[in-house]
Amino acid sequence: MDYINAFWVGGLICAIVQILLDRTKLMPGRVMVLLVCLGVVLGFFNIYEPFQNYAGAGASVPLVGFGNVLWKGIKEAIQEYGFIGTFMGGLKAAAVGTSSALIFGYGASLIFEPKMKK
Amino acid sequence: MEREKKEKAYEQYVKEKTPVHNVWTNMAKAFVTGGAICVIGQMILNYCNQQGLSKEISGAWTSVTLVFLSVLLTGFNVYYKIANWGGAGALVPITGFANSVAAPAIEYKKEGQIFGIGCKIFTIAGPVILYGIVTSWILGVVYYLLIKSGVTL
Repeated sequence: MDYINAFWVGGLICAIVQILLDRTKLMPGRVMVLLVCLGVVLGFFNIYEPFQNYAGAGASVPLVGFGNVLWKGIKEAIQEYGFIGTFMGGLKAAAVGTSSALIFGYGASLIFEPKMKK
Repeated sequence: MEREKKEKAYEQYVKEKTPVHNVWTNMAKAFVTGGAICVIGQMILNYCNQQGLSKEISGAWTSVTLVFLSVLLTGFNVYYKIANWGGAGALVPITGFANSVAAPAIEYKKEGQIFGIGCKIFTIAGPVILYGIVTSWILGVVYYLLIKSGVTL
């Protein structure tokens, strides 16, 4: 059952974004920024967490989930440390996605040669 | 008059030449691609849960594994084919983020460690991290003020 939920929720998010790509002149980079910011806002309003409990990876794998993680980090840090937490929690929570992309990405740039696009 | 006519003719020309994507086909492709990536994520998540790992650690392993697979596919020049077919389905998941980090790093390695790989690796990751951090900081301040004034979210 959780596979079905992950599939249709994750697929639906992508299908909606596809409309954005086709119907507006938004470039992929802007779409990614929008998705992450959207995730932060949805996290702030406590909407994303229950949604993620239902959809599992269907909600956590899209970049909206990355934004939600960012927000969760900041929220927890504020609860623990007060105002200074607004500077502490964000990058810490987003560390896994960011670090792994940078580390593997850098490794790939050493190993692989650029190829001509056909 | 003359100019208006020309403008209209030009508009018509642009309309004819702009490729019309079939929105429904593209949406279906994005749906299948994005859904499939999320199912792979769910498989990794479930596997980690079965190993007795906590929810947070399982999520971390899921991200790392997906990012690794995506970077590998980017290196072998496969990911852009998936993206060509799946559109937003390959862009929206964290694998799209990983691809946007690895692809320019490989592409610009000839320009050197600093200005090639070092700068270009952040082409998309930079804005994503910047606006993610700024947005969440602003809302964090709001959240802090709400707590201070006795409102709990």
